[in-house]
Amino acid sequence: MAEATIQVKHAVGLHARPASLFVRTASKFSSKIKVKNLTVNGDFVDAKSIIMVLTLGVLKEHEVVIQTEGADADAALGALRSLIEGNFGEA
Amino acid sequence: MKALMSEKNFKGIPVSDGIAIGSVFCYIPAELTLPVCAAGTVDEEMARFDSARERARVELQGLYNVIEKRAGKEEASIFEAHQEMLSDPALEGKIREFVEIGQTVEQALVKATEELANLLAGMDDELFAARALDVKDVGRRILRILLGLPDTALSAITEPSIIIAEDLTPSDAASLDPNITLGFITAQGGLTSHSAILARTLGLPAIVGMGNGLLDKVSSGTFIVMDGRTGEMIIEPDQETIEQYKQIKAQRESHLQILKAAAEKDALTANGRRVEIAANVGEAASARDAMEHGAEGIGLLRTEFIYLEDTKPPSEEKQYRIYREIFEVMSGRPVIVRTLDIGGDKPPSYLPFPDEMNPFLGWRAIRISLDEPELFKTQLRAILRAAVGHHARIMFPMVSDLDELRRARAIVEAVKRDLELASVEFAIDVPVGIMVETPAAAVLVDVLAEASDFFSLGTNDLTQYTMAVDRGNAKVSHLFQPLHPAVLRLIRQTIDAGHAKGKWVGMCGELAGMTKAIPILLGFGLDEFSMNPRAIPEAKHLIGKLTDEKAREIASQAMSFGTVAEIENYMKGILASL
Repeated sequence: MAEATIQVKHAVGLHARPASLFVRTASKFSSKIKVKNLTVNGDFVDAKSIIMVLTLGVLKEHEVVIQTEGADADAALGALRSLIEGNFGEA
Repeated sequence: MKALMSEKNFKGIPVSDGIAIGSVFCYIPAELTLPVCAAGTVDEEMARFDSARERARVELQGLYNVIEKRAGKEEASIFEAHQEMLSDPALEGKIREFVEIGQTVEQALVKATEELANLLAGMDDELFAARALDVKDVGRRILRILLGLPDTALSAITEPSIIIAEDLTPSDAASLDPNITLGFITAQGGLTSHSAILARTLGLPAIVGMGNGLLDKVSSGTFIVMDGRTGEMIIEPDQETIEQYKQIKAQRESHLQILKAAAEKDALTANGRRVEIAANVGEAASARDAMEHGAEGIGLLRTEFIYLEDTKPPSEEKQYRIYREIFEVMSGRPVIVRTLDIGGDKPPSYLPFPDEMNPFLGWRAIRISLDEPELFKTQLRAILRAAVGHHARIMFPMVSDLDELRRARAIVEAVKRDLELASVEFAIDVPVGIMVETPAAAVLVDVLAEASDFFSLGTNDLTQYTMAVDRGNAKVSHLFQPLHPAVLRLIRQTIDAGHAKGKWVGMCGELAGMTKAIPILLGFGLDEFSMNPRAIPEAKHLIGKLTDEKAREIASQAMSFGTVAEIENYMKGILASL
């Protein structure tokens, strides 16, 4: 299992386009991927579910914890980390 | 008072400007009733779900294509989001749970979407809570397909109508035909709801949040007037009211036409003198907005946003890319880049800010750049490199004496030498000027002209420093008066002194975009007006109505008054007479 804590810097948080890119990226991997909002300390939810990711209410500057488990766990964590740290491809 | 008061007035939240006069079409979505029948096996029920989902996907793709064509990619993206919800594993998982305990897929779907929508609806943040409507919309679509009903939505409307509904889902809003929809009013919803945004894009008048019971007040065929600017709805207006709104509607439409025409042309005074109307811009996206509103250049490119969004100073490459993008958007039009203008009121974490009693009189703007030459040089290198092939200028903020200006210019020259030695391509002939925003600079323009290629009046700070007023302090903010005779004298003096030295003088403070100030500034001979992009069409239109001679008369009359109240009052009369 791999885990990382990452801060979301995007202005809208995990909503709209960033949320959609996050779920799309997670869905590319076979591993089980869970995510939770550390800042409001809620529960883990399925990172491949757009609805559940929205229920996390991740706003700008919130921190999220991502857990991946399975054959491509490290690759999945790496991809999600670079997506968030690269601010979802926006400068 | 009228003898018979049959008309009734109601008020909601205005979300999209415009007036509509016409008959109501009450949109009440059909109740989808669940069939009473026994559930099949789990596999059978889930197979029905899969095929309904496929059908829904096709419908959503169709809606995406229609809206993309009608309003653009961004508006259409909501239907991409709906397709994502359609294949959401949490939705499918919940449905399967209910099916496994013996429910039909219809029952399971209704419960699953309700549960998920409630999770969202209960969230504190309005933006997230609003997504509950999307989940319901998707659920309703699948259910309708399972029940074998067609996608009728609003397609039943055949006459031009004002749509009145409890709420409009994104699917509903997308199926509005702008050719026969005069406008819409909903009981629920807010400024940021999807239907409100779509209405603005399509230019349809819209009012939301009219409150419960809206649909009891009207029925299909009721004649109403709606005003999307004020949020007013008038039911069964009398003839007088209708005539009055017809007039307002015609006036607004012709004024919009005039402004649109003015925005597209270069600004000219009534006697044909060119005046430059530019935009104040804080990021690349607003440069596009500026172009759309008819900006002839950027009179103030704020660069603070580049410095404040990170915990380390922005790299030269990052800045180069941002400047380059903005220069390219403006395609050859002049862009004045203001170097870093921050202070202790909004300190970035990587600069060693002292504790300051009064950050506006403290370590800020050019003072920081001169004390932190590496930070300053990085910005100058990025600007000079990005300026190749473009019409860029560099402007220093908050300069208050000649020594400061000479030192800043010496750093620009040093940066050019470094770039030359390193054989890096850069623009050698970028003009360098200053903002006139301290009274010291305003009274020293003739002296500063020795080292400044141009001047741009920053009237917000100039007013604050001249009047000794912090506009953020509610106790004294009413004393912040950019039309104060003292400020106007400094402005006139700056323009005269600059012109006497053969220098170009512009203005990038809020005053430049205020209609009550523009005739006076034009009379002073201001060369460039730089403002919020949205103020540009009105400014161009106003300038086109004034000759230079008339503007000079107005300016000299305005300067004869001793108080702001007299000046404002005089200008109100002038604007009404034009």
